[in-house]
Amino acid sequence: MTTRILFSGFGGQGILTLGQLIATIALNKGKEVTWMPSYGAEMRGGTANCSVIISDKMIGSPIANTNIDILCAMNIPSIVKFEDKVRPGGQIFINSSIIKDGIARTDVDALHIDASNIASKVGDLRVANMVMLAGFLQKTNLFTFEDVEEVLKQRFSGTRNEHLIPLNIEAVKQGMEATV
Amino acid sequence: MSKIVYEKSKGLSDVQLSYCPGCTHGIIHKLIAESLVELDLLDRTIAISPVGCSVMAYDFFNCDGIQASHGRAPAVACGLKRTNPDKIVFTYQGDGDLAAIGTAEIIHAAHRGDNVTVIFVNNAIYGMTGGQMAPTTLIDMKTSTSPLGRNEAMMGKPLLVSELLAQIPSATYIERVASHDVPNLNKAKRAIKKAFEYQAAGKGFSMVEILGTCPIGWNMTPADAMGFVKDTMMPYFPLGVYKDEGGNA
Amino acid sequence: MKMLMKGNEAICEAAIVAGCKAFFGYPITPQNEIPEYMSLHMVKAGGAYVQAESEIGAINMCYGAAASGVRVMTSSSSPGIALKQEGMSYLAGANLPCVVVNVSRSGPGLGGILPAQGDYFQMTRGGGNGDYYTPVYAPFSVQEAVDLIFKAFDVADKYRTPVQMVADGMLGQMMEPCVIEPRPAVKVDKSWVTDGNSGKRPRNIVNSLNLSAEGLEQMNIQRFAQYKEIEKNETLVDYRVNDGDEIVIVAYGAPARVAVNAVDELNESGIKAGLIRPVTLWPYPYASFQNLPASVKHILVCELSMGQMIDDVKIAVAGKYPVHFYGRCGGVIFEPSEIVEAATKIVKGGA
Repeated sequence: MTTRILFSGFGGQGILTLGQLIATIALNKGKEVTWMPSYGAEMRGGTANCSVIISDKMIGSPIANTNIDILCAMNIPSIVKFEDKVRPGGQIFINSSIIKDGIARTDVDALHIDASNIASKVGDLRVANMVMLAGFLQKTNLFTFEDVEEVLKQRFSGTRNEHLIPLNIEAVKQGMEATV
Repeated sequence: MSKIVYEKSKGLSDVQLSYCPGCTHGIIHKLIAESLVELDLLDRTIAISPVGCSVMAYDFFNCDGIQASHGRAPAVACGLKRTNPDKIVFTYQGDGDLAAIGTAEIIHAAHRGDNVTVIFVNNAIYGMTGGQMAPTTLIDMKTSTSPLGRNEAMMGKPLLVSELLAQIPSATYIERVASHDVPNLNKAKRAIKKAFEYQAAGKGFSMVEILGTCPIGWNMTPADAMGFVKDTMMPYFPLGVYKDEGGNA
Repeated sequence: MKMLMKGNEAICEAAIVAGCKAFFGYPITPQNEIPEYMSLHMVKAGGAYVQAESEIGAINMCYGAAASGVRVMTSSSSPGIALKQEGMSYLAGANLPCVVVNVSRSGPGLGGILPAQGDYFQMTRGGGNGDYYTPVYAPFSVQEAVDLIFKAFDVADKYRTPVQMVADGMLGQMMEPCVIEPRPAVKVDKSWVTDGNSGKRPRNIVNSLNLSAEGLEQMNIQRFAQYKEIEKNETLVDYRVNDGDEIVIVAYGAPARVAVNAVDELNESGIKAGLIRPVTLWPYPYASFQNLPASVKHILVCELSMGQMIDDVKIAVAGKYPVHFYGRCGGVIFEPSEIVEAATKIVKGGA
């Protein structure tokens, strides 16, 4: 079983961090995993993306910008660029606060998450990425809420960002509630 | 009963020098060797030789030696000193090596304040390769690549290296001396010694520029070459201490 | 402990654990994580770190540090590696150990910053002047990069030679689980070092100059005797060819991961395909091509270049098999489907 995930959004929306958190969860669960950011001119200002591939066997190419199983799209350019690259039957998690027109595809499983607005209500727009986690928790069996709690502690405990753990967890919870 | 009145410095090996008659590289080597012996630093010194007439200086100094690529001796010195901070490291470079191809390396060694000593022998010409024009070649001076004389309009004015390096905030000690007569050689030795003393005390980057001769490249007798240093080079390359912050450090 | 690490950072951490005591570098994308990591962690480990004035400065700092016998490393990306070639030649000529990491990018000239493999000639054919080679390691995963860094320092010390590792932006930027644990370093004689202990032993000289023609010839002959030993002992290959395979794909480095996918897809589609992945680019695993199964009819070389390693494959097969090529360049990375299509056409078309 191999899952190819592409995270895409504006720089600053926490795309790379979200991918790393999920990659770390996969590592914690003993899976093979790769995380690969886009880098280059688009890094500075435009849309950034990163690929995460989780598998039970050795992973070949770490780039998941085609034949995507899960697209986590946080802005409109992400939809423009990658909607067509999702495999039929794949999933698209849409930050509907920004992507108001939704998507054209009907052969994929789409979940609209009001991520940016929920993040603002929770208290910090920068946790919109964590709200998007609701998609994975509601629609996949890749990991559980407890796995998310664990990885946040793993990443932030003992750092100067330790106080942000409750905010991030609240963002995940609010995302879950909004997408029940 | 004979009495020893003079001995070759223990800082020099027994390898015969390869320099031309009348060239002052040999006597400058002697000053360095004597300084290292008198300061009891020789056993922990590494000499870095350049590309140029002194390319084989590693053979002449009685200490460990490294031969560096053209102009890069200060970078080699940096790598060596950073990994061996308790050792004494000096580069020996000519004006083609230091003032042309190696300008980036010398400026940044000074800029970093590397705790090394640079002995810069300025004889206003590329000696080893056959007397080509150097950045320090004087106006109207004829060389194999300025056969009509150095033309200021086309080739600029000679580069003043000590003045240049003295502007660099992290440089500690910069002095220009000459090698054409005994009083000046005594001053040169005092400068060389001071530079090594500063290094041993961890005071940072020092460079001693020594005006040297190249009778072959200049097409002069050795005696005339000594006179050329005094009468022609020294007016353009004034001797003196350009920077000395060793006392404050 | 298994950690999720970026390739560039894992290379650094492995170097520090392998006893590297000095790093000299210069900024260039896509290797910047290496000097950035070293500027903190090399210093914390008590080693020397300098951001040099240029790649030329950096490689010559390596030359100075290596001459004193410490383990030293530098890194850059393709155009910066070109600048280092003067120093590489000197390191080879003076028999100094050093590890040079090339997180390569597309070229020629300033080119682009995306993955490419156009540095194969530069790295395997001695980009600098004179008669010399350097061992070149081409890892395809973060863990393999870690393992090969330990190897690179050992081989550099053992044979007194500069050693190169080639990665690219893909391997440098990607994160993968890896384990970095201390392992015993090779024991070597370092009585030749110029570290200023001349009071206790005869003085040493580090030098590549020899103005005697016969003398220099002897130096080169001795060095090439070492190269024979390296070829014999240090050639590495990932050989995945089975009886029945019709086509063998040859690829190296992170792009070989795409070839792994392609080989899987080909076998699923009924075309028997194998893979040869050279792990050392010099010495090249020529022998792996000598006893291929009788079923093999075609070789397909896949590179992110206009075709450079293909020359070594042609040398290896010596006309015994048709050698085909599929490459992308400029920073374009082939997808598995492209390789599958190329291989299918070759096998079905009987080309």
